[in-house]
Amino acid sequence: MNNKQSTELLHKNYIKKLTYEKRWVRFYQFVIFFVFFLGWEIASKKQWIDPLIFSAPSKVWNLFIRKIQDGTLMVDLGYTLSETVLGFILGTLLGTILAAILWWSPFLSKVLDPYLVILNAMPKVALGPILIVALGPSMTSIIAMGAIISVIITTIVVYTAFKEVDPNYIKVLQTFGATRSQCFKEAILPACFPTIISTLKVNVGLSWVGVIVGEFLVSSKGLGYMIIYGFQVFNFTLVLLSLLVIAIFATIMYQLVELLERKLIKSN
Amino acid sequence: MSFLKLEHIHHTYFTKTSATTALSDISLEVKEGEFISFLGPSGCGKTTLLSIIAGLFQPTEGTILLENQSVNKSKKKIGYMLQQDYLFPWKTIEENILLGLKIFGNEDSAKKEYAYSLLEEMGLKGYEKQYPKQLSGGMRQRVALVRTLVTEPKLLMLDEPFSALDYQTKLRLEDLVSETLKSFGKTAILVTHDIGEAIAMSDRIYLFSARPGQIHKSFKVPKELRELSPFQARNHENYTHLFQEIWKELESLE
Repeated sequence: MNNKQSTELLHKNYIKKLTYEKRWVRFYQFVIFFVFFLGWEIASKKQWIDPLIFSAPSKVWNLFIRKIQDGTLMVDLGYTLSETVLGFILGTLLGTILAAILWWSPFLSKVLDPYLVILNAMPKVALGPILIVALGPSMTSIIAMGAIISVIITTIVVYTAFKEVDPNYIKVLQTFGATRSQCFKEAILPACFPTIISTLKVNVGLSWVGVIVGEFLVSSKGLGYMIIYGFQVFNFTLVLLSLLVIAIFATIMYQLVELLERKLIKSN
Repeated sequence: MSFLKLEHIHHTYFTKTSATTALSDISLEVKEGEFISFLGPSGCGKTTLLSIIAGLFQPTEGTILLENQSVNKSKKKIGYMLQQDYLFPWKTIEENILLGLKIFGNEDSAKKEYAYSLLEEMGLKGYEKQYPKQLSGGMRQRVALVRTLVTEPKLLMLDEPFSALDYQTKLRLEDLVSETLKSFGKTAILVTHDIGEAIAMSDRIYLFSARPGQIHKSFKVPKELRELSPFQARNHENYTHLFQEIWKELESLE
């Protein structure tokens, strides 16, 4: 009895310690946030930094309210967000499909190997001008930018994961007389879900790069356009507002991918 | 007529720098309901031979007949158990044991009932919705046995299925597997490097020598031992005699 009580007490203390630690972590996270924005505001007000270049949180906030009220921010955000999400999904999907094709045909994968290396090494944003000419200066070419930037690396990473699946799982299926597509569906693909999810996480970031660069080049709408426009008219409050909005929504996308991860990988 | 017949099996693995003969001139016959062991040092091609019998790949030379049919046509008659359980970690126990039926495209309720009854027989009722990693090693290997038996194979291949388990679990599983196979009248081939296990479980033992894999000698397990469960057989005086005999042969191989 005594023993049980003391175990319970120890457990309680342990939980208390955990919550205590968590509170401190949250506290310091808040401190960093607060100090950063407060410091920024003060430094700008006192002219320690050039307010023309670095603006100030209060100015960014005022602009944010104004642009919410006249609805232009929502329009720009809507464009960029849909381009990014589409580019992201397209890039990951195409990459995974390509990886599946390479897994299906070892011969093809041997043939294509050097081309994949070249395509991967090449900076994809350099393809921007060609895409824009080919697909027209529209949303399509920006989505293509968002997709193309992640497709090759997805292919390579996912294909490598496909190849590294323990062959004994395949052996189990083959003893049941499974076909190659059954092996893919039952073993290869589910075994690689963790890898596919982690490429999704990388691709969130990459797609934003692709889309923003695409908008730099061509668009008359979107957050990327806001940055380039702000830069041209030397309105850095606009640039910073755009940056902060991008940071927030990229984080949200990342969180959604993590949510998907928890849903998809039940057994872990 | 023999149940399984191997005639002059040769197998060679090719790499860029070498050609390794894994198996050389293997001929043997297995009667229906027999329990056979392949015993030998590592690198004697036991697992290769098992894979060939299972029809996973073709031997370089030779023929295998299962009930007078080539094995490629009779894949469904063969069940294969590996060294580790290789349960699919993302599938529940239920999904794992029904995997074979799913691959066959034959998931009728009678077969499913059979699967559940096997699971119950193995003492695993109530674990259907759990994931493999929630189970212990011995339990997982039992699930793997159920998965193999669900498709009602006529020939069962056991590729060192107990080698990754602790000793106590191994002894228990040996008894369970032996009893289960006997009651279903299944023919089985066990690959092992454990002399004791081979004697305790089988009716006949083929001793392999390595590089290239060849049948060195075959032993018949005496009737008294065959009638006992593996655990009891280990305590029989004849067990020790046969153990010594095989041990000496193994020594002479080196």
